[in-house]
Amino acid sequence: MITKNIQLDEQGRLKHFLSIEGFKRQHLISILDAAEPFANVQEQAVKKVPLLRGKTIVNLFFEASTRTRTTFELAAKRLSADVLNININTSATKKGESLLDMLHNLESMHCDMFVVRHNQSGAAHFIAQHVSPHISVINAGDGCHSHPSQAMLDMFTIRRHKKEFANLKVVIVGDILHSRVARSEMHALTTLGVSEIRVVGPKTLIPTGIDTFGVHVYHNLQEALVDADVVIMLRLQKERMQGALLPSEGEYYQHYGLTEKKLAYAKPDAIVMHPGPINRGVEIASSIADGPQSVILEQVTNGIAIRMAVMSQALGPRGSDSSRIGGNA
Amino acid sequence: MPDSHLLRLARQSEQLDISIINGRIIDPANQIDSHTDIHIQNGKILALGQAPDGFKAQKVIDVTDRVVCPGLVDMRVRLREPGFETKGTIASETRAAAAGGVTSLCCPPDTNPIIDNAAMVKLIRLKAATEGVAKVYTLSALTQQLKGEKLSEMRELKDAGCVGTTNALNPVKSTLIMRRALEYAASHNITVFIQPFEPWLSDGCAHEGVVSTRLGLAGIPESAETIAIARDLQLIELIGGRTHFCQLSSAGSIQLIRQAQKAGLPVTADVTSHHLHLTEMDIGFFDSNCHVLPPLRTQRDMEALRHGVQSDILSCIVSDHQPHDSDAKLAPFAETEPGISGIETLLPLALKLVDRQNMSLMEVISRLTIQPARILNIAEGTLSTGQDADICIFDPEAYWRVEKEKFLSKGKNTPFHGWELKGQVEYTIKTGEIVFSRK
Repeated sequence: MITKNIQLDEQGRLKHFLSIEGFKRQHLISILDAAEPFANVQEQAVKKVPLLRGKTIVNLFFEASTRTRTTFELAAKRLSADVLNININTSATKKGESLLDMLHNLESMHCDMFVVRHNQSGAAHFIAQHVSPHISVINAGDGCHSHPSQAMLDMFTIRRHKKEFANLKVVIVGDILHSRVARSEMHALTTLGVSEIRVVGPKTLIPTGIDTFGVHVYHNLQEALVDADVVIMLRLQKERMQGALLPSEGEYYQHYGLTEKKLAYAKPDAIVMHPGPINRGVEIASSIADGPQSVILEQVTNGIAIRMAVMSQALGPRGSDSSRIGGNA
Repeated sequence: MPDSHLLRLARQSEQLDISIINGRIIDPANQIDSHTDIHIQNGKILALGQAPDGFKAQKVIDVTDRVVCPGLVDMRVRLREPGFETKGTIASETRAAAAGGVTSLCCPPDTNPIIDNAAMVKLIRLKAATEGVAKVYTLSALTQQLKGEKLSEMRELKDAGCVGTTNALNPVKSTLIMRRALEYAASHNITVFIQPFEPWLSDGCAHEGVVSTRLGLAGIPESAETIAIARDLQLIELIGGRTHFCQLSSAGSIQLIRQAQKAGLPVTADVTSHHLHLTEMDIGFFDSNCHVLPPLRTQRDMEALRHGVQSDILSCIVSDHQPHDSDAKLAPFAETEPGISGIETLLPLALKLVDRQNMSLMEVISRLTIQPARILNIAEGTLSTGQDADICIFDPEAYWRVEKEKFLSKGKNTPFHGWELKGQVEYTIKTGEIVFSRK
């Protein structure tokens, strides 16, 4: 049984960033705090800091992605690291080279960090368990399991708008079953002490035993939105229409799409979030996505700061305060 | 090929006339549990107690404080040969069996080629006789190529030596074809072994529950098993015919089997030694050694399975030995191949029930010897005089640490690596030949 938390090294410093599970509150807060100065760097004319000069970071994407890959790339470049982007069609790896062989090849090129996205749950853990000890692994999304940097950038965005986590009511809407974002967010929100988390969707999209995450399950969006402070919409993959999970996009929008009428049940200052890419008119009305309560583009910007924070904590100079997460954890 | 020909080709056996003295003999078939001696001549059990006049042992084994029981009968063992020799061979896996105290084993038909013709049965029997150190029995494919479409020639396969028939891990999707297969098998008095998977609900890699949800793994609900059992029990009620359900994993399944047995249906069932001691929680952070089918389920299910063994609803414990090469387990969880290399930990894991469930040694050993032998309808698993001298001698008090590197099996895929287990095999004797000795 593998129970050891491999995400921290023996000194309690960030080594791999694979899932929110396994981090304490102070760990998450320290990542959020570390991201604050980077968020400011971005607004300056010269956006680069020399923290990771001489380090090589490989973006290893086994699954298509634009936003996540680009923000990781930008984050690395703004930290002055060298970046290599490798997009791998998973079917091509199945034909010949094994995942491990490919990793070992990349290791021989003296890389320092792998940013990995893969369509299989557990892929990032697997890679972290098998790479050479000097390499850090950042999970940029593995199957339906985890997408921790997305969750952290969402927490960062929430904190910028809501200050305290404790009294918030957060609603997560849509395809919880297949969503690594939702899983990571639920862990992050509960770890940060959010008092009420509601997940909403038809039973076909709510996984068994989700209540063990410490969330309340709703099947009616209006009811779930009452008094909400934060509304997180999830992307609905088109392929969910096959396999009888949903009857049609139209019916889904009717009942689980966020419209102005439904949003009115939430608090007037509620913010609306979405990890993107948005399906307008499927999970969210354009008027809301582009409206005053939407912080969707801000999430993208914050994504760079959070990824800079995570990368510098994992690879930055040892002994500096920024590398130790959460003090003497 | 006639059996006499097989014998002529057989590996030179080193049969000895042996006296095993001072041991505690436990033979559930004959309800014997006593401190006495046992004598072997010409590969057969000659006598218990006093050696008959004129008997001279070539070897005397003093086994004070050791248990002497029939060689174990393991109902489900993948030898991987033919077809998957990088994972295991008849030579390597029968030696692993011997190290685990197993003298008779039964392999499912999902070799490559599949055991759906008599030539394959003969090939495996010949290989086992020439290269193996355990008795190898086979089950035939229930349907051709295990496709669930056409019946195999199961009668011819029976005549060639198969002791039952099964579609192994491939569920027969069509209820009509399942009905006909059960009818045809019953006509020829062939026991059908069913691995209950409802195909439409079984497309996952972990128990559908807290852990699969946490890890984002596709789940297999308990109902995937209970629906399949319920369907087939209805058919059996209609048809009759001996049926055995393989490696149950859930509390609900035990209820169904219990009701069926109460109603007098000719139904038996087994459990694996790992399902008695592991739950979904053992997957931890994606431990691929815990990727098994059916999946490890909840604590409640595990406890129900233990009770099921105790109350004899689950009448045998199997290893479901599935050796793998290391690559098969080196991938993200869902992409790894399911299965555990289990034959070398079968006995101590089963013996845990002595302490855990307050079962007697006799009861536990019966689930590993005579009861599987009866279900397979083979003359094994007893120490009756005149029987083949197949014997397992173990130290019931010895603690040992599982070290996968020391497995004789080619498969080092065990989730029990590092576990401290109680009960260690010291000698395994097959038809009078010492096929395993720890010293």
